[in-house]
Amino acid sequence: MEPKAQKKWAMVVDLDRCTGCEACVVACHAENNIPTVGEKEAAIGRAMHWIRVERYYEGDFPNVKVKFQPVFCQHCDAAPCEPVCPTYASYHTPDGLNGQVYNRCIGTRYCANACPYHVRFFNFFNPAWEKPLDLQLNPDVSVREVGVMEKCTFCVQRIKATEIRAKAEEREIQDGEVQPACAQTCPPKALVFGDLNDPRSEVARLAGSNRATRLLEDLGTKPKVIYLQRDSWHDGKESD
Amino acid sequence: MTEKSQINADLLRPLFRTSWRFFALVGFLGFFVVAAFAAFGYQMYTGIGVWGIRRPAFWAFDITNFVFWIGISHAGTLISAILRLANATWRRPVTRCAEVITVFALSIGAMFPIIHLGRPWLAFWLIPYPSERQIWPNFRPPLAWDFFAINTYLIGSVAFLTLPIVPDWALVRDKANGWRKRVYGILAMGWRGTPKQWSRLESAMHIVAIAIIPVAVSVHTVVSWDFAMAPVPMWHSTIFGPYFVAGAIFSGIAALILAMAGLRKLLHLKDYLKPLHFDNLGKLLLMMSLLWFYFIFAERLTTWYGNEPSEMAVFWATQRGAYAPLFWTMVFCNFLLPFPILAIKKLRTITGTVIASVAVVVGMWLERFLIIVPSLTHKYMPYNWGTYQPTWVEITIMIGTFAGMGLLYALFSKAVPIISIWELKVGLHASSVVRSPLSVAGTSGRLTTGHGQLTTDN
Repeated sequence: MEPKAQKKWAMVVDLDRCTGCEACVVACHAENNIPTVGEKEAAIGRAMHWIRVERYYEGDFPNVKVKFQPVFCQHCDAAPCEPVCPTYASYHTPDGLNGQVYNRCIGTRYCANACPYHVRFFNFFNPAWEKPLDLQLNPDVSVREVGVMEKCTFCVQRIKATEIRAKAEEREIQDGEVQPACAQTCPPKALVFGDLNDPRSEVARLAGSNRATRLLEDLGTKPKVIYLQRDSWHDGKESD
Repeated sequence: MTEKSQINADLLRPLFRTSWRFFALVGFLGFFVVAAFAAFGYQMYTGIGVWGIRRPAFWAFDITNFVFWIGISHAGTLISAILRLANATWRRPVTRCAEVITVFALSIGAMFPIIHLGRPWLAFWLIPYPSERQIWPNFRPPLAWDFFAINTYLIGSVAFLTLPIVPDWALVRDKANGWRKRVYGILAMGWRGTPKQWSRLESAMHIVAIAIIPVAVSVHTVVSWDFAMAPVPMWHSTIFGPYFVAGAIFSGIAALILAMAGLRKLLHLKDYLKPLHFDNLGKLLLMMSLLWFYFIFAERLTTWYGNEPSEMAVFWATQRGAYAPLFWTMVFCNFLLPFPILAIKKLRTITGTVIASVAVVVGMWLERFLIIVPSLTHKYMPYNWGTYQPTWVEITIMIGTFAGMGLLYALFSKAVPIISIWELKVGLHASSVVRSPLSVAGTSGRLTTGHGQLTTDN
């Protein structure tokens, strides 16, 4: 078998399709063993949602437009979080992911300050699940202890599992074969995941759209999440 | 009694005689230090969530205190080194109590990068050593540079502090009996006061004094880079290096004035720490106050002219938003109050400079807080803007640092003459030869002609 091309995992978010239902948030919590912190902690801003749906309102009532924008780790190619970690807990993997090595993290929280997207979450306390909810933890994902930073991994456990399966069957990974929990769950299919280095992939096709933008692109972080802007907002017309 | 034995009697008294007041002070300060350690223990046991930090203000009191104390540490060594190199004769009673501030403030400040960790028990992972984990620390983050900068400064300032103490320890050794003689005998490291020893001490002092100045400047520059290297609005700025250094010296001088005023009262050093010293340091503080105002003006003006939206969000939050009361208190404390006090000669008294210094210390603490928190809570995406409120744990730890500084200072003044005795005598020795214009004006300033023949036994 000839050497496989390097993967460049990326996600496309079609803002025209997002309805703000937040199924992705729930799916992510279930898949990645993300603890819920309780009402009191959440109220002061310690809730942990690796993916969140931001709501921005434009205009005054009754002509209000709500814009939903799912935000999660942008897996930047020039990630501000990576050089500031003194222990290499925040680390760039060869296939372009922003890895977070929980065991190396000592909790300086510098990465979270440097991240312009606010997508890094900190374990202020040890996580706890009420019985019997502890039985539904995903065995493929480690549970993080107090003092450790965590964030969206693009469901790296699913990527790895697919890689292993494909290797065992001596074949390439098919486009769409890797599905992070959020993309798998999204009812209107607003989230599309794939390999940006494969020109035939759905992600690469959508990334070429004239609606494609990246979040806070001018900061030079080179994010690998591509947002397709809402066409339906312009001139009162629906999008293509 | 000759002048020299008077100096010995006055300055060695705290080492040989201890009143109940000292124990009361140690007990009082010790209580808060123990409370702070207990709070830290509670935080380690429960999780750092017992602090008020939250998303997006992941740093707040912890790093404020870190920068503040590292800033205070710039009082001593830097000022003392400059005064020594400039051969400012009035420096003699001031240098040691300044140098002590550096060592202790630096030690306290350097604890915060450990205290503030999510998992403080793993702090040693910042140290480069061959470990079973088979990875070095990452040398790219400014946090790692801090580690080396602060340790260099700490080693340098400990050397700068202890070198000129050696002759004084020898003096204590010669005056003492019993266990004191043994302990100070070891500390004096065989000092006999030979001309050779004096000349070596002098050249060593010169080398360290020259070397420590760039180190001090670099330390607070590196501390400022903790912020300037991150793409956070109002952090990512080239002005931060000099701005932080100037602020550090500013707060450092204020801390020195407060320490001197405290020593003067508690150890009855009225004849040594004279109004002249407070007047001179007051002038230095005035200059730094003007310099601080220049820096904050330049920082604010360029931001406002640049009119970059993400920076303007932080700008207005501090200028007239939620942080405005703190901001204008800071301007009052750092400039509006100290400026007239220090500029008007009549007001530049001991009481005047102490009032100005208290204001400056408060103002400079606020400055560090206002650099950190408003920026973090107003980053690029408004959906995630937040706020911050400290909890009792953070406040207890902070009070503990102030008490700790006082405690270390009090204990130090029991172990070491807080005013350099031999340097004071050098001043006296020279005075019989040349009288300076200052001493004619009724002050203690004297010129020196050198001290090659001086020994410790007089």
